[in-house]
Amino acid sequence: MENKTAAVKMRNITKRFGTTLANDRVWLDIYKGEILALLGENGSGKTTLMNMLSGIYFPDEGQIFINDEEALIRSPKDAFRYGIGMIHQHFKLVDVLTAAENIVLGLKEPGRLDMDKVARRVKEICDSYGFDVDPNQKIYTMSVSQKQTVEIVKALYRGADILILDEPTAVLTPQETDKLFAVLRSMRDDGKAIVIITHKMHEVEELSDRVAILRHGQFVGDMLTKMTNAQEMTNMMVGRPVTLNIDRPDPVDPKPRIIVEGLTVRDPEGTVKLDNVSFTANSGEILGIAGISGCGQKELLEAIAGLQIAEKGSISYVSDDGVREELIGKDPLSIAAMGVCLSFVPEDRLGMGLVGSMDLTDNMMLRSFRKGRSFFTDRKNPRVLAEKVVKELEVNTPGVSTPVRRLSGGNVQKVLVGREIASAPSVLLTAYAVRGLDINSSYTIYDLINKQKKSGVAVVFVGEDLDVLLELCDRILVLCGGKVSGIVEGRGASKPEVGMMMTRLGGKSNG
Amino acid sequence: MFDFVSFFPRAVMQSIPLLYGATGETLTEKSGNLNLGIPGIMYVGGICGVIGAFFYEQSGSVNGFLAVMIPLLCCLMGSLLMGLLYCFLTVTLRANQNVTGLAMTTFGVGFGNFFGGSLIKLTGSDVPSIALSATSSFFRKSLPFADRLGAFGKMFLSYGFLAYLAIVIALISSYILRHTRVGLQLRAVGESPATADAAGINITRYKFVATCLGSMIAGLGGLYYVMDYACGVWSNDAFGDRGWLAIALVIFTIWRPNVGILSSILFGGLYILYLFIPTGTNLAVKELYKMLPYLVTIVVLIVSSMRNKRENQPPESLGVPYFREER
Repeated sequence: MENKTAAVKMRNITKRFGTTLANDRVWLDIYKGEILALLGENGSGKTTLMNMLSGIYFPDEGQIFINDEEALIRSPKDAFRYGIGMIHQHFKLVDVLTAAENIVLGLKEPGRLDMDKVARRVKEICDSYGFDVDPNQKIYTMSVSQKQTVEIVKALYRGADILILDEPTAVLTPQETDKLFAVLRSMRDDGKAIVIITHKMHEVEELSDRVAILRHGQFVGDMLTKMTNAQEMTNMMVGRPVTLNIDRPDPVDPKPRIIVEGLTVRDPEGTVKLDNVSFTANSGEILGIAGISGCGQKELLEAIAGLQIAEKGSISYVSDDGVREELIGKDPLSIAAMGVCLSFVPEDRLGMGLVGSMDLTDNMMLRSFRKGRSFFTDRKNPRVLAEKVVKELEVNTPGVSTPVRRLSGGNVQKVLVGREIASAPSVLLTAYAVRGLDINSSYTIYDLINKQKKSGVAVVFVGEDLDVLLELCDRILVLCGGKVSGIVEGRGASKPEVGMMMTRLGGKSNG
Repeated sequence: MFDFVSFFPRAVMQSIPLLYGATGETLTEKSGNLNLGIPGIMYVGGICGVIGAFFYEQSGSVNGFLAVMIPLLCCLMGSLLMGLLYCFLTVTLRANQNVTGLAMTTFGVGFGNFFGGSLIKLTGSDVPSIALSATSSFFRKSLPFADRLGAFGKMFLSYGFLAYLAIVIALISSYILRHTRVGLQLRAVGESPATADAAGINITRYKFVATCLGSMIAGLGGLYYVMDYACGVWSNDAFGDRGWLAIALVIFTIWRPNVGILSSILFGGLYILYLFIPTGTNLAVKELYKMLPYLVTIVVLIVSSMRNKRENQPPESLGVPYFREER
């Protein structure tokens, strides 16, 4: 290793939340002019560790050295003083303020507040790194990637030398990700220390110089990225060898299950969200849905589940004996009774499907409380089901009477997917089932979905990660701006081909 | 015939307590605290001023400067304590803001009536009220040449100093909110405390300072009502529902103190319109006219939510307590 200087040294950092140990004597170095990827399963304490650098939490034990001097980071303000900037997974921006106002927020510069001067400096920073930010644009009118850019500019405006990014690519399109990576590389060449938390292995391999791995709050080890591979990193994260191949069994006796014809959906503002969408989902098959986020995936699933009003078109359900039944016009309850299950994992993970402040048993009851004729609800069966889900899916929880809100993201998703599958559906609609999940939990979910497929369920799988879609799905429907851009076979489809179809109707040929 | 020259000053005098209350509540709400205790705080501000003035008048000779300063300081102290209590409960202990606010209003009104009643007993007068005419005369002093300027003087220069102070405070608050670092930070605290915290802003301090300042400003509204509007006469429950109107005014002005100046005069005008419209002996019609300010507020609520512009919405985390390490 050539003479690198450590920007940050963390020594024996320990942090507890109640009785859970989030970080246990972690020992981590961050070097200047280097991109460090921090890896670990969900709940392994990566974000907690970085939050202690950025002053959100204060370590219970241990020391932090910045540029070889011991630093006490008691608040985000202290963190700025040490040149640490963190871009959180959930952006810390005030929606009704402009970009420039967000950028100067909390700064104590001498003199009165001169927004023109701020805007000029923002422009300077943008020009030197190739960002595109309008200082006077309000945050709520921005796209996710623009918001992220504002966050990065904010950190740079404060003179950050150490930049921490918590899952920055989770919400970006592949093109936006490339742009971000280019910026991060040029910042690294500028001598800044960069830490990136991510679950996507190919990003780690593409971007980082070094990886550090945490497992159950403990530091497992670090190594140069070029000396390792995805398999080794995953094994270290999980603590035992895991296979990294997604299974794709052949479809079992595929028969049309859901037939969608000419479906058109508008949102309340009157914008067309789905335009003349037609496709068939077969039983015993996984139909993947690809597309840039917000291209109508959510509306499509909701229309099938009866939560969206369709303007035109038909959705029919074909039961095993070949009887076709129209779903449009039916209420969600009777659609669900036919065996159509929707498990949608929104960005905040809890928004749909689970109630955060209720425990596992009660959340299981959300599906079953209408059953039976008794005046009182049946709590026994949901409890048994909750215990079964916890056991089979290895949900990490103190017990079934813990509020769902307290579980980490991955475990919340396992509970949601587990409940939907337990109702023995004939159609499983799932969106972003692995959003924000670490690699091991993701594979558990893929396994579950495959099991459903083998038992003859028609699975509709909306995903963000193209690599996964290509490996898991039998057929992939590509949406582009609410229109069907094409349907490709999962076996043999190439990533660039699908990527082109996502951005342009029909792919290259029509461009 | 509708007599605007005599209607306008009455409307203004009616509007000043509302303006104080609304400015105070706006500052408070900008920090994310929904202080429904404002009616109670204005009540406490009023009675504290009365208590100070009462004992000062009892002590004998009345000096103009002290006659103003003593009630003023008493009023500020009383409302500050109410503000501190509210902050302690909602910010430090993270109690529910609505419940705390309503309790403070109940408490404030009871506090005012109790001490008001005690003072009335002390004076032993026949009517259930205390008259502090000496103190009031200092509060009501207007510019000496106002009378000579005819209609202009009557409409714009005939008020006591607290009326002008209300307008100055509203303008300053507006400027601070819009154009200064402190204002920007305060708005951020009310919109998204987690963001403000990550930006290194001391949330607790901003909430305490904004709420306590807001309470003190609102308290002045109570003082103005007794000393100027009511000519120094305190009688229990006379303040009425002006505190609630002040809170309605905050929504009406879409959280802008400078808009509050004109809107409060509009509210004040609507409040007393029934006195200027000949309704004959039919009291029911008068009661209908008294409903006007509330009706206008409802209409504004409907209109502003229909337009659905983000800038016109209440601060996003209004009413939500903030705890940094909450997951």
